[in-house]
Amino acid sequence: MNVSRIAAAIAATASLLAAPGFAQAQGDPKVLRIVPHSNLAILDPIWTTAYMSRNHGYMIYDTLFGTDDKSQIKPQMVESWTESPDHRLWTFKLRKGLEFHDGKPVTGEDVVASLARWGKRDAMGSALMTFVERMDSPTPDSFRIFLREACGFVLEALGKPSSNVPFIMPKRVADTDAFKQIDDYTGSGPYIFRKDEFKPGDKAIYVRNPKYVPRKEAPSGSTGGKHVYVERVEWNLALRDAQAQVNALQKGEVDILEALAFDHYETVKKDASLQIPKYSNVNLQYMARFNHLHKPFNDAKVRQAVMAAFSQEPFLKAQVGVKELYKGCASMFTCGTPYGSPVGSDIQSKSNMKKAQGLLKASGYDGTPVVLMKPTDLASIQKLPDVAAQLLRQAGFKVDLQAMDWQTLVGRRAKKDPIDKGGWNMFLTAWQGHDIWNPIANAALDTRGEASGWFGWAKDDKLVELRAQFMRATEDAQKKKLAEAIQVRAFEVATHAPLGEYTQPMAARKNISGFFITNGNLYWNLKKN
Amino acid sequence: MYTFLARRLLATIPVLLVVAVLVFLMLRLTPGDPAAILAGDAANTEQIAQIRTGLGLDRPIIVQFGIWAGNLLSGDLGESFYYKQKVTTLIAHRLEPTVSLAALTILIAVAVSVPLGVLAAWRFGSLFDRMLMGFSVIGFSVPVFVLAYILIWLISLKLGWLPVQGYQRLADGFGPWLRHLLLPSITLSVIYIALIARVTRASVLESLGEDYIRTARAKGLPELRVLVRHALANAAVPIVTVIGIGIALLIGGVVVTESVYAIPGLGRLTVDAVLARDFPTIQGVILFFSFVYVGINLLVDLSYVFLDPRIRY
Repeated sequence: MNVSRIAAAIAATASLLAAPGFAQAQGDPKVLRIVPHSNLAILDPIWTTAYMSRNHGYMIYDTLFGTDDKSQIKPQMVESWTESPDHRLWTFKLRKGLEFHDGKPVTGEDVVASLARWGKRDAMGSALMTFVERMDSPTPDSFRIFLREACGFVLEALGKPSSNVPFIMPKRVADTDAFKQIDDYTGSGPYIFRKDEFKPGDKAIYVRNPKYVPRKEAPSGSTGGKHVYVERVEWNLALRDAQAQVNALQKGEVDILEALAFDHYETVKKDASLQIPKYSNVNLQYMARFNHLHKPFNDAKVRQAVMAAFSQEPFLKAQVGVKELYKGCASMFTCGTPYGSPVGSDIQSKSNMKKAQGLLKASGYDGTPVVLMKPTDLASIQKLPDVAAQLLRQAGFKVDLQAMDWQTLVGRRAKKDPIDKGGWNMFLTAWQGHDIWNPIANAALDTRGEASGWFGWAKDDKLVELRAQFMRATEDAQKKKLAEAIQVRAFEVATHAPLGEYTQPMAARKNISGFFITNGNLYWNLKKN
Repeated sequence: MYTFLARRLLATIPVLLVVAVLVFLMLRLTPGDPAAILAGDAANTEQIAQIRTGLGLDRPIIVQFGIWAGNLLSGDLGESFYYKQKVTTLIAHRLEPTVSLAALTILIAVAVSVPLGVLAAWRFGSLFDRMLMGFSVIGFSVPVFVLAYILIWLISLKLGWLPVQGYQRLADGFGPWLRHLLLPSITLSVIYIALIARVTRASVLESLGEDYIRTARAKGLPELRVLVRHALANAAVPIVTVIGIGIALLIGGVVVTESVYAIPGLGRLTVDAVLARDFPTIQGVILFFSFVYVGINLLVDLSYVFLDPRIRY
């Protein structure tokens, strides 16, 4: 091969690589390319509480009610509703023009079947179903809920914004056993899921639902008009390395990063081609959960000593680091939502190590080591256990900090075994604000002991009674008062320790507009210029 | 040779059997509960137990193994706990990116390293030889992810020549496929260039000291012909062995590269499956890797017959 041939070959290869066609749809204004916060594996948002499945649900399904940016419940698929004077009969009328992706109209029967399935899986749904006598659909565009006795959270349950969201599915799909995953993803939401293009661990594709009729109101939270201005949304499920995500965003290969790593916050902030849009006014909350079954945390006095030791600032500073992204919040409910308040939180909000040491001494703690589980592979919470271990040691605890991957932790925390048989004493986690914003949704406040289920198995009859009263309360003022009483009691018995709140920043290219305050990761109303 | 081939093929059966049993048992002994992972963060103990029953994980291990082994005999690797898809489908989907990455990496590595190794041997002790040995040390030492980030910064972000991430299927066109694979392949090939170049150099150096090289030169053959036809051809066995091992390692060892460049290949599938305790997928992928290892080793052994006429099976 002579020199001219080699040069020709190089030139041909270079032109092939540089051809404009290879820029693919990168600049296509009709395609929105999103990097979600995790991998999408389970496509049934009722079967699992995973946030990725919930977000997938919001793309393709619609909801009866939603929660707006002020945490108020607003109608979505529902046009109007009435409540009988004794609060036991609720009648709902559906909006006109609701249609599933297969062209069939959404009927009351679809709604009843969907609610029945959801009520078997979701904590709040299950609580609601304990009050429900029956549900029916007197006309195709309406449905009714008959209650055995009045309860005060019908709309809150139907409009709950986070897992499990009561998404409405066709009856034939909703009739699937609640403990089996669905395999038909027909919804009536603003996007249609392209099952044929779904490649697990690679990409999930959604196309605009041309028949979707948005509400007239402006989008707000999970309510309002769900206008879609792009033809296609691509979720890049393969791009999970934090640095690679930022590289791809800077290069314009993706449009939105759902979860920007804190370490890259300043880099993105300084980049003129990028933006950090405000998309939520409800924060996430860190939490330390005790195992109430075993020593030493089967003693409320010992747990209170931990509460006193766990000042929130060190956790937030170590884990988040960026001052403008975190704030202290000594509340069992998300700050900024209707029940978020510091009432009864003195033991933690006025925490100090001397008090913790005194409380621990007074508790008669016998030196039993605290098995603290640390997930080494979950960047979003992996620094918290180190801070917890340090503070616990300062307070006088012996600590056995055990490192493991998150999935080992998830499996182990479900075990009630004694410590010497693989049990545990404490783990730390994070919750999205709307999962813990009221006493029913907040799983950590379910204190029915081993029967309640959520890991740690707290037991307190007084709290159980207060929660039951809250469920029956129908007036807002009464609910607020009961929520406060629940919080006071929860701090007294130290069900768990809230460790402060943070904002999970999102990053986007500057040419993306239309962001609004949501309560999750919702992708309507967005325009790509 | 056919007897050898049949014997080697038969020998793969116990190897795969041992791998299957070991992987199955080790996974069951590993901490972590697939049901708890699938259920999500807010699930309670009862929900997790129901999922466990649904997956058949509450049955005795021997029963679980019996079911899995029975399905395996009929060519069914089972269904992923996590993705609810056939493991064979998942592997098939992830095979192309990994094979493409491995193939291009080996192609680059061989195209660069063999000539370099031969040249270094030919110019033994020269500056070029010492530079190549120095490069080899660096090539071995620099972690793949560090090299990947440096190349991305330079080639993609600063020069804008190649994409930062992603994979395009060959069916979408050769250009996009190559464009997305070049950077990951170059990154990954560095360590193999270092390895193969060293082996080539050592092997060719040994050949160059043989009598037949002196004879060839005495006959007046051009130096290039001496190097390629006589020295390199006789040094080929160890080089091909290293390349074979390299291919086998690449198929299962591209996890970091696939993660940094967001390539949805088998490495990424394996990591996801391990993190999710997706037993059927882990078992299927490891069996597949074992099969590939055995197959490539067999091909390497067979290639010796063609490379060295003295070898007979």
